[in-house]
Amino acid sequence: MEFFKIRRVIPFMRFALAFNVISIITFIAAVAFIAIRGLNFSIEFTGGTLMEVTFAQSANVETIRSTLEKAGYKAEVQNFGSSRDVLIRMPIEKDQSSAALSQRIGELLRANDKSAEIRRVEFVGPQIGEELAEYGALALLVTAVGIIAYLALRFEWKFGLAAIIANLHDVIIIVGFFAAFQWEFSLPVLAAVLAILGYSVNESVVVFDRVRENFRKLRRASVTEVIDSAITANISRTIITHGSTQIMALTMLVFGGPALHFFALALTIGILFGIYSSVFVASPLLMWLRVSRAQFVRERKSRRDENEGAVV
Amino acid sequence: MNRFPIWKYALIALCVFVAFVYTVPNFYGESPAVQISSGKATIKVDAALLEKVEDALKAAGVTYTAALLDPNSVRVRFSDTDTQLKAKDLIDKAVNPDPNNPSYIVALNLLSSSPNWLTVIGALPMYLGLDLRGGVHFLLQVDMEGAITKRLESLAGDLRSQFREKRIRHGGIQREGQTLRIRFRDAAERDRGRAYILSQFPDLAVVERDDGQSLQLVASLKPQALKRTQEYALKQNITTLHNRINELGVAEPIIQQQGADRVVVQLPGVQDTAKAKDILGRTASLEVRMVDEDKMNAENLARAKAGSPPFGDEYYVERNGAPLLVKKQVVLTGDRLTDAQPGFDSQTNEPAVHLTLDSAGARIFRDVTRENVGKRMAILLIEKGKAEVITAPVIRSEIGGGRVQISGRMSTTEANDIALLLRAGSLAAPMEIVEERTVGPSLGRENIQKGFDATSWGFFAIVIFMSAYYLLFGVISSIALACNLLFLIALLSLLQATLTLPGIAAIALTLGMAIDANVLINERIREELRGGATPQASIAAGYERAWGTILDSNITSLIAGIALLTFGQGPVRGFAVVHCLGILTSMFSAVTLSRGIVNVVYGHRRRVAKLSIGNTAWK
Repeated sequence: MEFFKIRRVIPFMRFALAFNVISIITFIAAVAFIAIRGLNFSIEFTGGTLMEVTFAQSANVETIRSTLEKAGYKAEVQNFGSSRDVLIRMPIEKDQSSAALSQRIGELLRANDKSAEIRRVEFVGPQIGEELAEYGALALLVTAVGIIAYLALRFEWKFGLAAIIANLHDVIIIVGFFAAFQWEFSLPVLAAVLAILGYSVNESVVVFDRVRENFRKLRRASVTEVIDSAITANISRTIITHGSTQIMALTMLVFGGPALHFFALALTIGILFGIYSSVFVASPLLMWLRVSRAQFVRERKSRRDENEGAVV
Repeated sequence: MNRFPIWKYALIALCVFVAFVYTVPNFYGESPAVQISSGKATIKVDAALLEKVEDALKAAGVTYTAALLDPNSVRVRFSDTDTQLKAKDLIDKAVNPDPNNPSYIVALNLLSSSPNWLTVIGALPMYLGLDLRGGVHFLLQVDMEGAITKRLESLAGDLRSQFREKRIRHGGIQREGQTLRIRFRDAAERDRGRAYILSQFPDLAVVERDDGQSLQLVASLKPQALKRTQEYALKQNITTLHNRINELGVAEPIIQQQGADRVVVQLPGVQDTAKAKDILGRTASLEVRMVDEDKMNAENLARAKAGSPPFGDEYYVERNGAPLLVKKQVVLTGDRLTDAQPGFDSQTNEPAVHLTLDSAGARIFRDVTRENVGKRMAILLIEKGKAEVITAPVIRSEIGGGRVQISGRMSTTEANDIALLLRAGSLAAPMEIVEERTVGPSLGRENIQKGFDATSWGFFAIVIFMSAYYLLFGVISSIALACNLLFLIALLSLLQATLTLPGIAAIALTLGMAIDANVLINERIREELRGGATPQASIAAGYERAWGTILDSNITSLIAGIALLTFGQGPVRGFAVVHCLGILTSMFSAVTLSRGIVNVVYGHRRRVAKLSIGNTAWK
């Protein structure tokens, strides 16, 4: 079986400008959403109390809300997963210990419906949230710097820069989706975003590897042709691998239940944009950064005996 | 060209075999067990205890499937929960003759039902996180300022008593913020005081200061003493938490330091979170102070009640409702306590708590009682930052020997509770819960099921696709992928890294990413074939050329993984551990292992006309 019978090089770079315009528009939209709507941070970041309660029959969210309101709690109540499960979120209240709070709420709910069972309680103090945001930003920074440094070492700094710009643009777009739809941005989502950063750089690396190889092999070709042929040679692999990873993310989205829902969603979006950006954003960037054959050809002469596997 | 030396095949086979053995315990499931561990530092768990437990069970005719001894505990496995519950009571009675003062903690637990020989070689099932097995997680923040204040207060007390002993006359010692201010009447006394502090209190740094009215010394903790105090406070709190949690009877609690001033407490399987929180959150400590009888007149009491007690005093109400002025100066704290037992007053038959003090505490108590015969002292219980006078007896005579009894209008249960809290130790500094997670057991089971479902469906989808698309090479890639999963689970079991729900997600994601390496290889081989290379040469070139790319792409993933591992906390960390391990195992399985299989299939044939890697003939 063979899906892709590509007989000639596809001139991807001819459309480079178009792709980048699309990218820039999406990017600006994402930034706008983040700036205007903001992120719906989970209580891990904001601090507060979260309770997951399950009932024997389908729960009446309205009743629960009014019960809690009457008791003097500012609570956000919503269904979670199924109609029998309810998620209750409460902001941090001063001089109110988490222990007392979850117990009191449990009693209130059981007074209405005996079948109420508290499945999960999460309480996060305010200082933790700030730290998490700080660590998240730090992790992002370290990852970005680490990847640029590695690619600069293996290829050239232009490759590192192109890859990281392309993939940070993915990250912003994923976050933009979370802002636009007000999906809950939790710690696992942050993990997914960072994993995507590492993952979609993969794709750029694979293309770059080919670019380097082609620079050595296709002596007469122009830079554009070299990049085009590298992408063309890889396109079948690109689609198959990302397809496999996407299958995994999708099964997680479908079967993983509510706990993994947003994590899987972030991965799904991330993988989709990862393919697009590393092929159609990173490579044109490389072109515009004026990557040249000279580096690789000279390199080959000076390090003739080094067997990098990519040289025949 | 496509042959490995024998040792390489053997090594691959050995890796797969070892991984299989270490994965096996995960399939046996768990059976109910009772875990007996030491409840006191002086009591060790040994073979004698194992024998005692076994004898007790045999005598009662309770059947058990296994009894194991490990360095910290004895574990007995049962076939069902009914027997387990029955056995728990039996064992409890057998090893703890005095229920008020248990020597051992007997707790319900779940044990892997894998055969003993697996347990002996260290093959244990994966360690499941709280989100998968259910339980409570707390993150507690230690109030370091409180610890320093407490340390300064106790230093001030020492200074007072030692100055008195050495007859160094001073005009009062007060704590102000994080310093101690000592007043003197003349310079000569101040010099003596200063010299004495320098020689006897190495933790304190002293500067002189005059405010016009009196000569002063301002003492503060030196930086290293400050650090030591904080470290000590944290350690002391962890020890105290250990003791308290032991009173709860939890199997395998985790109590760990996190960062400079935080403690993580995880109690797997605990459902009664209210009780757990109550016991953890109770910060009871004891203080003995003198009642300020000189100033206790009607006028002062009325003013104190209105909120302005005389300088150096605090206003309290005794349990019988009588108002009291108690000096702020602490004579003795709960740190000096070695034991606390509930009991009864021998004369009045009222419930009481019997305290035993350590030698330093006993000496202080003797001195104080000798010097204050006829005066009243107050015994305060400080709980959750609020102090309460339990009793304020008149000192009739000097009390030596370090045995003190407190009684006064308390119930038997109260006496029991106070004794337990005091025995469990006081906290060196107050703590506050800054993060809490409770997961019910049903949710845990569901999480495992869902994670397993997602991973297996995704896995099968990939296997079907790969096999259809790359034929035999796809099957080989799938085998490599399955082995990757095997290696990953074996590694997680072996390292006993905590597996959480994000960890399961990482397994799924890692599998999805691992197949990338095989796709790269297979595509390269196809390309070589299309380019006209012989099948054998195509295999060799395909693997060789793909390797550089695979390495680069895995290292960039690993960089992100390590950043997550370093900076991540909680769920992110759980994800990152599995992700990083998965990247490492995938490099081995996708490249070396799959190459090994390909070599076995094709490498030893003399002539290979065609590779089963799908259609490449269209060029």
